[in-house]
Amino acid sequence: MSSRIPLIVCLVAGLIMFLQYFSAHPVARAMFNQVNDWWQIIFAFTLFVGVAAFMNNSMRAIRRGKERPFKTVSLLALISMPLLAIIGGTKIGSPFLWTFDNLQAPMQATVFSLLAFFVASASFRGFRARNLQATILLVAALIVLLGRMPIMAYLSDTIPELTYWIQDYPSMAARRAILIGIGLGSMTTALRVILGLERTYLRGQ
Amino acid sequence: MDWGAVAAGLLTLAIYSFLYRDNPVYKFAESLLIGLSIGYALVTFWQTAILDKLVYPLFSHGQLLLIVPLLLGLMMFSRFSRRLGWLSRIPLALMIGAGAGSAIPAMLYERTLRQVSNSIQPLVTAGGQFNFSGLVVLVGLLSTLAYFYFSREHKGFLGSFAKIGTYFMMIFFGATFGYTVMSRMSTLIGRVDFLLTDFLHYLK
Repeated sequence: MSSRIPLIVCLVAGLIMFLQYFSAHPVARAMFNQVNDWWQIIFAFTLFVGVAAFMNNSMRAIRRGKERPFKTVSLLALISMPLLAIIGGTKIGSPFLWTFDNLQAPMQATVFSLLAFFVASASFRGFRARNLQATILLVAALIVLLGRMPIMAYLSDTIPELTYWIQDYPSMAARRAILIGIGLGSMTTALRVILGLERTYLRGQ
Repeated sequence: MDWGAVAAGLLTLAIYSFLYRDNPVYKFAESLLIGLSIGYALVTFWQTAILDKLVYPLFSHGQLLLIVPLLLGLMMFSRFSRRLGWLSRIPLALMIGAGAGSAIPAMLYERTLRQVSNSIQPLVTAGGQFNFSGLVVLVGLLSTLAYFYFSREHKGFLGSFAKIGTYFMMIFFGATFGYTVMSRMSTLIGRVDFLLTDFLHYLK
């Protein structure tokens, strides 16, 4: 019972979404849109479950005194966003958007840019021309790095042109082969999930 | 004074303090970012999914069929109960099944057929010129696919051809790496520009 119902639901939902692709009938389109809307509603509820679990874990950690100040900051920040949205709305100029624009977005961009240092440090340690493959990797990376620098366009057209050629042809060829592999693998896994052969989401039952 | 720029500048510096080592100032900014991000997602999903797709259509337009996703969504909360926890598998199964069902045609078209069709280019152009780049794409695609073909041992012609595939993959990894580094660098330049212009007012 605990695994049979989910398997039937999975099969039916999977077949509906698969078969609608072969029909342009308005009923099939409407069904597709309906399932998509349901999907988004249920996804929102899963997010709320995740938030509830996060709050529960944070509260437990605060009670135990484990990283209390940081967990408190997380919890207060989490609560503050819905509160700001309730009090001042979410339109342009609202406190909610001010918090997003001036606190969240700059921090996200900074964390993203922080990776530049780690990638540079990792490449300095990892890039060694030990064999032919490693040399090709190193040369391709260097050409693209140089070709993407604005100053190279002033010095010569050769490196930027070579960069675009590498990205558009040899690199694209390997990328396409990998994408084909991913596509075939994803289709196989999706089919296994619909047929109930892949049951990881049921904890293997 | 632009308090937004001051707050953004201080938090930017707090995150960059991690370059020295893990410290309480960084941890404060990290915790704040985690909380704000979750809170933002919560508000966004509440508005776009719950209000727009569930509450308004159900209560204002009387679309009673929406009771089904409402119940399924509420079932997700059964995860907190040991006895009723299995109920949360039903909405999860619907999401996974629907996702898998729509993934099959999408993957077949976007990831497989379109990639194959885009790779088939004429090797001799209308003007009678040899298309070297087209040949590179064809050899690169086939040799990389040969590398991932595991039904036969990589010996002889297949082994040599698959080896060429590894060279193409190295070019791909190298080019992707270079591109990623440059995208991160441009973000870094953006942050430094913000610090020097809007926060410290050194540059105008």
